[in-house]
Amino acid sequence: MTAPLTPRNVVVAVLLLLLTVLPLYATASGHVFLLTLFTRVVILAIAAVSLNLILGYGGMVSFGHAVYLGIGGYAVGILAFEGATSGFVQWPVALVVSALFALVVGALSLRTRGVYFIMITLAFAQLVYYFGVGLDRYGADDGLSIRQRSQFAGLVNLSDRVQFYYLCLALLVAAIYLTWRIVNSRFGLVIRGARSNDRRMRAIGFPTFRYRLTGFVIAGAICGLAGALLANHTGFISPATMHWTRSGDLIVMVVLGGMGSSFGPLIGAVLLLTLEEALPVLIRVVASPVFGDAAARMAEYWQIMLGPLFLLVVLFARGGIDGLLAGERRG
Amino acid sequence: MVDALLEIDSLTKRFGGVVASDAISLAVPRGELHAVIGPNGAGKTTLIGELSGEIAPDDGRIRFEGGDVTLLPSWRRSRLGLARSFQITSLFADFTALDNVALAVQAHAGHSFRFWRPARGEARLREPARAALARVGLASRADVLVAKLSHGEQRQLEIAMALATGPRLLLLDEPMAGMGPEESGRMVATLRALKGELTILLIEHDMEAVFALADRITVLVYGRIIASGPPEAIRADAQVRQAYLGEEIRHG
Repeated sequence: MTAPLTPRNVVVAVLLLLLTVLPLYATASGHVFLLTLFTRVVILAIAAVSLNLILGYGGMVSFGHAVYLGIGGYAVGILAFEGATSGFVQWPVALVVSALFALVVGALSLRTRGVYFIMITLAFAQLVYYFGVGLDRYGADDGLSIRQRSQFAGLVNLSDRVQFYYLCLALLVAAIYLTWRIVNSRFGLVIRGARSNDRRMRAIGFPTFRYRLTGFVIAGAICGLAGALLANHTGFISPATMHWTRSGDLIVMVVLGGMGSSFGPLIGAVLLLTLEEALPVLIRVVASPVFGDAAARMAEYWQIMLGPLFLLVVLFARGGIDGLLAGERRG
Repeated sequence: MVDALLEIDSLTKRFGGVVASDAISLAVPRGELHAVIGPNGAGKTTLIGELSGEIAPDDGRIRFEGGDVTLLPSWRRSRLGLARSFQITSLFADFTALDNVALAVQAHAGHSFRFWRPARGEARLREPARAALARVGLASRADVLVAKLSHGEQRQLEIAMALATGPRLLLLDEPMAGMGPEESGRMVATLRALKGELTILLIEHDMEAVFALADRITVLVYGRIIASGPPEAIRADAQVRQAYLGEEIRHG
């Protein structure tokens, strides 16, 4: 397979290359925080890829997608707390519980459209959020520390930052490849058709509900895996992981990067999370010669710069950054 | 009447105080091209909605090939061989013409819980789709994005999609809507080629086309059938002239 040398492909290739060599640079230069930051970027990119499957290709605006980060995380956290530290147990549980929860949410919410769908997915996520707050045995509001990372019988050591990073990166690439196969398969064409015109799909003979529900479950399961990774990364799980603002972040990543594009969610995740880190620093550096000590406080309002950027992308680049790079003008 | 492919029996639908379908009874025998005409607000769109499974009637029965389909969802009716085209073009705009038709083939080629193999590479879906495109004269436009097709071509594509589902009955909702004379002439030719091979229920505004094509015509006014018969009888029917046709018939 040869890809043409378009700006988009070059950016994607460079991005993948940078992500691949990042641990080498981070360990050689001693900037370990880079490795920590980008492990988080890669994990949340997996979550964004899963959301893109239903949001970008399936047109299902799930406003509660972070709930699967929480479910996957709690699966790891609770099992570890109860003494089951094997990843071969924890991770399948994270996947299956997330999938089952998505099945329930999808079965109820996919009968509705538009704002109602958004609200129902949000409501379910809030339900689990408050359930987490009420989990007294597992730290309730304060969350639960995970003392030992998932054990894989010596195959891979998750306590090794570099190994863990490469595992996450491999899973990200696998998730992107999987969704790419899915969206071009028979199944993928059905959910894409249903996004475009569900009524027409039913008229030509597709029972679209079951296909959309299946897509919803696949997305939930993949995000559940991301949740298991995230809990291992932070060594901690709390209800805040599935706060609705986190679901909003995932939507921003997908829209910013490019809905319905294979690498869009990765671009969006990298952009959003690095800006989150870089903007406060940038503001402090630029503002301190002029405003002195007030600059530090100004830096707290870094989102004031992110907001307009997001607006510009939504207004002028309907295909997100990926669409811009590909030179598309999607109506 | 026994051999009717489609039988409609006292179909009734009310929207508030408006009776959109007022005890409509109609039988369409195999092979017939049956046209339904009527002024705006006569209930033609409601009738198509009831037949395709998008509107649930308050009362009455719809039988297709002898089986009761009144309560079946639209995708099931499609599986039975009841295909419809849409009045307002509702194609998948970011797909090519061939993709659109192949999707219609796919709907009737087993289940779609196949997650791995690229569907665009399946000859089993692409070949029948190409054949359906050729039947409506769009063979050379197969790889063009739907958004780039002309209005007339999009209407032809609608027919190709309906054909690709392997239908026994075609429900056509104003296929000539918004067409110029040349385009509608092409559509008439397409429909004439399908006539006899397929049973067609044609809902149409274009009188010239209706009288050129139909074996029988049913006239709907305020949700009620006021006349049903061969074109000559309809043309001569005083009630029809008074209620609706008048001018247009003389010109047609």
